[in-house]
Amino acid sequence: MFEAIAFYLFAALTIVMFTITVMTSQALYAITAMAAGMIFISAFFFILGADFLGAIQIIVYTGAVMALYAFGMMFFDTTRDVVEKRTNPQIVFVLGILAAVMVVAIFVAPIVSNNIQALYPIQEGVGNSQAVGMVLFTKYLVPFELAAVMLLVAMIGGIILAGKKMDKSLTLMAEEEITTMDDSFEPQAGGH
Amino acid sequence: MEITLTHYLVLSTILFAIGLIGVMRRKNLLMLFFATEILLNATNIAFAAISYYIGDLSGQMFAFFIIAIAASEVAIGLGLLIVWYKRTGKIDLDQMNSMRG
Amino acid sequence: MELYLYIALFAPLVGSLYASLFGGSPKSQHVGIVASGLLFTSFVSSALLLSYVMGGHTVHVELMTWMETGDLYIPFGFVVDQVSVVMMMVVTIVSTVVHIYSIGYMDHDKGFNRFFSWLSAFVFSMMVLVMSDNFAGLFIGWEGVGLCSWGLIGFWYQKESATWAANEAFIMNRIADLGMLIGIFLIYWNTGSLQYDVVFSEIGNLPLVVTTWIGIFLFIGAMGKSAQFPLHTWLADAMEGPTPVSALIHAATMVTAGVYLVVRANPIYDLIPNVGIFIASLGAFVALFAASMALVNRDMKRIIAYSTLSQLGYMFVAAGLGAYWVALFHLMAHAFFKALLFLGAGNVMHAMHDELDPFKMGGLRKVMKGTFIMMTLASVALAGIYPFAGFFSKDLILEVGFVEHHYVIYTVLLLTAGLTAFYSFRLVALIFHGEERYKLFGIHPHEAYKFMLVAMSPLLLLAIIAGSFKMTYYQLVTSLLPDTQYHVHGEMTYWIMTIGTQLFVIAAIVFAYKKYSNWNSVPDGSSKLENSFGYKLLSNQYYIPKFYEEVFSKPYLELSRIAWKQFDLKIVDATVDSIANAIYKTGENTRDIQNGNLSTMLRWMVIGLVVLVSLALAFTVGYNAVGA
Repeated sequence: MFEAIAFYLFAALTIVMFTITVMTSQALYAITAMAAGMIFISAFFFILGADFLGAIQIIVYTGAVMALYAFGMMFFDTTRDVVEKRTNPQIVFVLGILAAVMVVAIFVAPIVSNNIQALYPIQEGVGNSQAVGMVLFTKYLVPFELAAVMLLVAMIGGIILAGKKMDKSLTLMAEEEITTMDDSFEPQAGGH
Repeated sequence: MEITLTHYLVLSTILFAIGLIGVMRRKNLLMLFFATEILLNATNIAFAAISYYIGDLSGQMFAFFIIAIAASEVAIGLGLLIVWYKRTGKIDLDQMNSMRG
Repeated sequence: MELYLYIALFAPLVGSLYASLFGGSPKSQHVGIVASGLLFTSFVSSALLLSYVMGGHTVHVELMTWMETGDLYIPFGFVVDQVSVVMMMVVTIVSTVVHIYSIGYMDHDKGFNRFFSWLSAFVFSMMVLVMSDNFAGLFIGWEGVGLCSWGLIGFWYQKESATWAANEAFIMNRIADLGMLIGIFLIYWNTGSLQYDVVFSEIGNLPLVVTTWIGIFLFIGAMGKSAQFPLHTWLADAMEGPTPVSALIHAATMVTAGVYLVVRANPIYDLIPNVGIFIASLGAFVALFAASMALVNRDMKRIIAYSTLSQLGYMFVAAGLGAYWVALFHLMAHAFFKALLFLGAGNVMHAMHDELDPFKMGGLRKVMKGTFIMMTLASVALAGIYPFAGFFSKDLILEVGFVEHHYVIYTVLLLTAGLTAFYSFRLVALIFHGEERYKLFGIHPHEAYKFMLVAMSPLLLLAIIAGSFKMTYYQLVTSLLPDTQYHVHGEMTYWIMTIGTQLFVIAAIVFAYKKYSNWNSVPDGSSKLENSFGYKLLSNQYYIPKFYEEVFSKPYLELSRIAWKQFDLKIVDATVDSIANAIYKTGENTRDIQNGNLSTMLRWMVIGLVVLVSLALAFTVGYNAVGA
């Protein structure tokens, strides 16, 4: 009973928050609503017994990702209304719903028909974090390490992209421009 | 009143639909990123729910990796966005038409 | 002996290929010499084979398998027997002469090398035709000569009339070849083989109806190739080709292929005498019909062409009445003197700068002595005066008609013999005697090259003495062909007939000389004779070309035009265009996908996703439904 109430409550809240995110014309509303939605989603994870995932959801999404977005927004003019082109909104809605239903249907079809065997069953008497750790560092070690490298690459990439001198694109410039640019910018870069 | 897997999948579908609608109607790049985050979260819910009802941890593992990917995507995406904003002063999708054939 | 067979067969092909190597380059004398030399080689091989066959042997080789599927087995087999060796001799002698003659005749022509290529290719095809040991090989040769004939009639392709005549000949032959093909199919269907020996041993076991149909369809093929009525119009028009071509193809060899076919298929025709009577009647009709058209024609080559047609009629009379060896004998004799006549006409044409109207010539015997003698003797042979070749062969056909009690045919042929003599000597008289009317047109005639005359001399010799080979020939071919002797009952009747015929012919010659040897003006179409109905009917070839034009060509043109306008443009073209337009429109309409707008692209991406997933769902559901 409690579970049902919690599910419907959080489901309603999540849907409302995400709808606001998608529909609002105020960037600040959007980011705030999304941060709230992320936290509500973590509630589902707790209900489903995935405690560790819920914690990660809050820390990574609401903490890191939303913070990043917030920093990013500081670069842009966020007070201005976001103008959207509104041609044929019906098509957009119909398409979106159709696609979502179908994607879920196609991926869920085998699960519903109950012909899937659990590869890594949830063990009784073992905490979720412990179980996750066991699986993550045995069977999924390589993907885990790869994900770590990916995050590192993304971090360096983000720094370089957002760093200085990036208002000039080396790929879009002619050969001569690059050499002259090197001459003029080299001392400055050395100064840092 | 029992909450079954179907309930979660319906929720996931609804959120995914919201995300898709956002992807299609947003012109502001930042808002587009938000919509993609919603898509990823919708699938995360589905993964976690399936994991729970089947009794298999793989679903949660996938959710972890999706979160990792989302984080990387935001880092790179925002970086690119800032570069673009510095170059043009705008982050409107309609202005990005250098790929016009 | 097999070696000689292959040499005889393939030497012309080698010559043709050699000449075609130089097809695009300007005239080179060596091409003509090499081609002629190879033809002579072929002739020598044929002569050696003749002496071998006369010893009572035949040569039968199988070069290679051509088709082998299921029960069908058709080899490239060649046979040299008593009949084919005669044909080989005729073909190689005449073509060697014509080749050498052509070196001189085509001297100033730009297409000298091309000409020899076609001409040798023709000889090769003709050799395949006569030497093949089955109907399929015969058909290849048959089509090959048709193709080469097309190429040679239309040799001066820049002339509209020449290309028209070439196409006419080809299409007419095609109509007839369909009949022949059906005949061959019937043979295979009923006997299970196309080899002559198998077919002829089986043919007696077939129902008479089937045999009759086979005979009729094969004869339709022969009618086309030998230009028998009603498919005769192409032969006269084929005179657009160079004169050596007319001599070789349209007088001596190709047009006689129809006769050869009937002779070769004699076991079939022996079984169906009714068809034979029809063939003979048609032959007699054509003989008279063509001779009557030759009477008034004012084109030298066409007159000779009609005479060829007429003589082919004679051959079919003999073949139809079962006197196959007589038909073949006349074929041989005719080849010699008719080729000679044509080559002589070629000399005259050269001298007169391609003028063809004999009324504009006259008195040429003073400047062209050699040609004059040759053409006169050839005409004498054609008229059938003793002791020239024509006498032996043509008189024999008359006797056949008489002995077989077909008096109508006999009478028609006798009358035709008189007409033949008349128009031949009308031509000779107009060209070589009388006043020199050509001076009115400012032409300075000259005799042909010496070597051309020398080249023609073997034909002259044969035209004179071919009759003396009669007994040798008879003994040779009757080992294969039915041995039918024709003796008129009673010596008295025989002598009366022979001498009567001779007198009749001579009278016709004298009449022609009387009338034409002192001709002194060029007719301009105003005289009473020229305006009479009969004259007009004859000079317009009984209005048959006009009739064909009105009844077949024009409605067909109309039909084609309708098909073009209504069917081709409105249905076929429209369909193709609409496909192209649909693709074009699709491109136009889907340009939005590629407009570079990321938002639109995203939308399309979602649409694509929906489509793909729904397809996947549909297939899964469908598969499960079927699987269940």
